[in-house]
Amino acid sequence: MSEPVQVRAASAAEINAHAAAWLRRRHLGNWMEQDEAELEAWLAESPANRIGYWRLSASWSRMDRLAALQPSLHQQDGVAHKGISPLWLRVAAALVVATMLAAGAGFWFAQPRATTYATALGERKAIALADGSRIELNTDTTIRLSANANARTVNLERGEVYFEIKHDPHRLFVVVAGDHRVTDVGTQFFVRREKEHLEVALVEGRARFDMPVAQSQLHSMSLAAGDVVVASARRTTLKREPIEEISSELSWRRGVLVFKHATLGEAAAEFNRYNPEKIVVADAGAARLTLNGTFKTNDVAAFTDAAHAVFGLQVDVRNGQIVISH
Amino acid sequence: MADTPEITREGAEAHRPGATMNASEMEAWFVREVLPLEAILMQYLRHHWHNKGEVDDLRQDVYVRVYEFALKELPVPAKPFVLATARNLIIDRIRREHIVPIEIVADLETLGLATDTPGPDRNVMARDELRRLQAALERLSPRCREAVALNKIDGLSGRQIAARMGVSEATVSEHIDKGMCALADMLYGEPSEMARRK
Repeated sequence: MSEPVQVRAASAAEINAHAAAWLRRRHLGNWMEQDEAELEAWLAESPANRIGYWRLSASWSRMDRLAALQPSLHQQDGVAHKGISPLWLRVAAALVVATMLAAGAGFWFAQPRATTYATALGERKAIALADGSRIELNTDTTIRLSANANARTVNLERGEVYFEIKHDPHRLFVVVAGDHRVTDVGTQFFVRREKEHLEVALVEGRARFDMPVAQSQLHSMSLAAGDVVVASARRTTLKREPIEEISSELSWRRGVLVFKHATLGEAAAEFNRYNPEKIVVADAGAARLTLNGTFKTNDVAAFTDAAHAVFGLQVDVRNGQIVISH
Repeated sequence: MADTPEITREGAEAHRPGATMNASEMEAWFVREVLPLEAILMQYLRHHWHNKGEVDDLRQDVYVRVYEFALKELPVPAKPFVLATARNLIIDRIRREHIVPIEIVADLETLGLATDTPGPDRNVMARDELRRLQAALERLSPRCREAVALNKIDGLSGRQIAARMGVSEATVSEHIDKGMCALADMLYGEPSEMARRK
């Protein structure tokens, strides 16, 4: 695909047409390395090309969320596909599936076959499932795992878990956290639950996130890689983060904490999730200092030493607490 | 690395020029800060430009100017800069084409105030976003919508969509390309329902 060199910027309509063709080839065709190089060359031809492509690409990837409406009505109705079933119907279908799973989950939990896994403060644990999936528990976490021929279900009581799930369309993998649930569509993700606060972040693949019926009229949304859902009892927000950022939140899998632009207060709270000796940042000014750094999750001393050396803060041990102050 | 903590002080957030960013950072900035202003920008351009058929081209020119400026210095916040760029562009065009405008092109402040409240939503309430996407999909022509849905909802490739719809791959390409352009206009060029409600 060689474009004539543009002397003057082409019209918006022309650029749109080219940008759409590139985007479509990239997402719906066989995209090769040399295509990538050709696209780069086209983008470099003019800022208008670049922006036109960014613009289409941004709205096109927003549409990824529509995968929330995924239940395969298409396959199930069997007949030739004359058109698209009304979308609300798909949502309804998604809900039925979710409700059935929920009801099912309740039933399985009543069975003795559910296994409980837990970690103590500062402990990590990896569980390899027979189907090739992998589950890793972070500090102070409790889950119940149950599986039968139709579904695999994890009930997250509290804490943080990383999932690498081998997708099986006939045996969905569902994570239940209170009223919320995440259903994988072949994916890597993590879920963190602290009291009423729930965070779900997708590293790879797709998943569906279902909310309590009372909270919204839509109940269900699709998550793509980079999506982070933060849900509390009252509201649910969705944001997109660079994958590197999400990966750094997963640094606990390597036994380290990575802080980027974190405040001292946030960093202390993170350490406290892993260690029995708690850090208290005694004054608000000190708590607002920001830092970058990498620490072992259990190396509180390295952290307090750094706070002392870099910020000149006072570190005292009082009543079994580590107090940081000016 | 874990043994030797590297720790650095952080100053106020620096607004570095776009030239020091890589292409994907620049793209992220543009998508995050500029594209959400498109509805306001289009409203402004439609209001102040006599030939509606040229508004898309004006939008493109505004974006190019904003981008080229951003390479030197990232405009923060983006909104007043984008609107000022639009105004300057229109003034340039009027001069060049010797048009005497019926309305004086000014009024930026009024527009700014009227549209200030909703702003770009960084953490869009997820359900509003999904609703908006659905509404956009529903407004595509039937065949176009089907092709887009088969890709976005069912995850089918171009070839699979062609087989499913019983048409050639070239026809699928046409539907998809048309859909991509129409969706960008709807998702960025029009005010969101949330903004409209307010």
